[in-house]
Amino acid sequence: MASIVKKKPEKQYRVVSRLGRIIRNLGMIIPVIVFVVLILTAIFAEVLAPYPYDETSLPERRIPPAWVEGGSAKHFLGTDTLGRDILSRAIYGARVSLSVSLLAIAITAAIGTALGIYAGYAGGRLDGFIMRVVDVALSFPPLLLAILLAVSLGPGFFTVIFALSVLGWAGYARIIRGEALRVRTSDFVAQAQINGVAGWRIMVRHIFPNILNILIVGVTLSIGTMILAESAMSYLGIGIPPPMPSWGSMVADGRNDLDRAWWISTFPGILIGVVVMSGNFLGDWLRDKLDPRLRQL
Amino acid sequence: MSNIILQVEDLQTSFFTRAGEFKAVGGVSFHVSEGETFGLVGESACGKTVTGLSLLRLLPEPAGKIIGGKIILNGRDILKLSKKEMRQVRGKEISMILQDPMTSLNPVYQVGDQIAEAVRLQQHIPDDKVEDEVISALRLLRIPAPEQRIHDYPFQMSGGMRQRVVGSVAMSCRPRLLIADEPTTALDATIQAQYLALFRDIQQQTNVGIIFITHDFGVVASICHRVAVMYAGKILETASTSTIFKRPKHPYTHALINSVPHLDRKDERLYSIEGQPPSLLNLPPGCRFAPRCPEVMDVCHQQQPPEKEIEEGHTVSCWKFS
Repeated sequence: MASIVKKKPEKQYRVVSRLGRIIRNLGMIIPVIVFVVLILTAIFAEVLAPYPYDETSLPERRIPPAWVEGGSAKHFLGTDTLGRDILSRAIYGARVSLSVSLLAIAITAAIGTALGIYAGYAGGRLDGFIMRVVDVALSFPPLLLAILLAVSLGPGFFTVIFALSVLGWAGYARIIRGEALRVRTSDFVAQAQINGVAGWRIMVRHIFPNILNILIVGVTLSIGTMILAESAMSYLGIGIPPPMPSWGSMVADGRNDLDRAWWISTFPGILIGVVVMSGNFLGDWLRDKLDPRLRQL
Repeated sequence: MSNIILQVEDLQTSFFTRAGEFKAVGGVSFHVSEGETFGLVGESACGKTVTGLSLLRLLPEPAGKIIGGKIILNGRDILKLSKKEMRQVRGKEISMILQDPMTSLNPVYQVGDQIAEAVRLQQHIPDDKVEDEVISALRLLRIPAPEQRIHDYPFQMSGGMRQRVVGSVAMSCRPRLLIADEPTTALDATIQAQYLALFRDIQQQTNVGIIFITHDFGVVASICHRVAVMYAGKILETASTSTIFKRPKHPYTHALINSVPHLDRKDERLYSIEGQPPSLLNLPPGCRFAPRCPEVMDVCHQQQPPEKEIEEGHTVSCWKFS
């Protein structure tokens, strides 16, 4: 028995395990790289973009990407119908898409968590009331409400955030309430009550930290949803007003030229896809890591 | 054992559910003195824990309600206090130790912080003194090297150690009355003996009155001064521990003591009481033990037996003695 153990060369074992660890965690590494690059891009858009996002040049309309016949190195990803540089617009678009979706996530997560914890801890009639409101919010078609709001309030940065937040908190509230119900019955909450700790303090100090893992997973998974929702609103023309670019509105810009200038819609579309997928992969990875029931070894 | 710190009179607690009213506690009376350990013994679901929670007014809302009686703690009826006043009673005047040390501590905080929470809330002392207070609470429960232990998380501790920490949390504000709800059930036999010895020590140091909820007569014998035997939400017999063991009067107490396994009686089947306790949803009109009682009489089925003091400090509720 001992000899078998000794035969295994320790060094090789380590190398394999390190590589194995990297491969197993690719679901975290790649999305993190994507988000870091994206956030830096959004912050330093002025420095990185070769042209202003709204600089039109009619002679340079619909120039294909650099590697396609007729493309030029001046416009790496080509230009759109108004001759604007697609790379520059995509860089500025990252700023819009990220800021809108991150702000909306912050608002929805904060409201949803507060209401969810309260409903789960306090119980009774208010719990019933909050959860019925959640049911209504979740059964309402979000895009329809977004269109209604954009029409009545007029399109703009804050309208988009408002439209995304009005219904978005409900999903959080439902999940967090369920977790709060579970934590609330634990003995350490009872012990806190025995010690005379006030209700709000129990919610903040004892329940919130114990549902944090669920919240983190929820927030990460909703990055994709929010980016997609923002893009959908911009695509429909009820998002951030032009000429400020958003990935969704850039896809919309190219929809009439798909047959002769595929690149106008394709590149922002790919970006949306990559970011949404990164968010989902990262969320899955975090869920596996933070949920002890799913953790193996 | 002079000063009575807790006087419970005819306490009634019910749970209101869709199926009806569960009379979990159907009028119990007892008292606890300073420095005394009062045992509350009975089988599962006889209302021991609900009695304990009623004393803290921490019944699960909205189903559980105290519907009658008085709980007089240090001279005032705590059932008349406002919610805010009640919060100040909890932890400071009455505290409680729960059954399971594995789940009584919040996994995300260091144990020192959890004791400090109770200390800060109930004692108005400057922040730099809190740590001393926490350490002295741990020292009271004889936790070795408390200065280092305060930085441990619950998962870093063994079960016995955690149960001591839970004890420190409960004792940190030096309450007058401590309710211990089967604190030894989750511990193994050797640790259990240590823990009980610790309790006796703490009681001598602090003169705290203890209500010890248990179903284990061995534990009763080793720590309690007086015992009340509960059955289906009623106290059937109250006496000093030695009296209960030497001269049990109520047939149920008899039966309970007979069902304790003995090491010296081999090759015998364990004694057990026939039948099941009555449903708390519809209780018999007479004595609650009547359906299972070996000495049942006609009157037992019709009327509840009155409580009678048959000798000093020994009360029984049974028609045999009335």
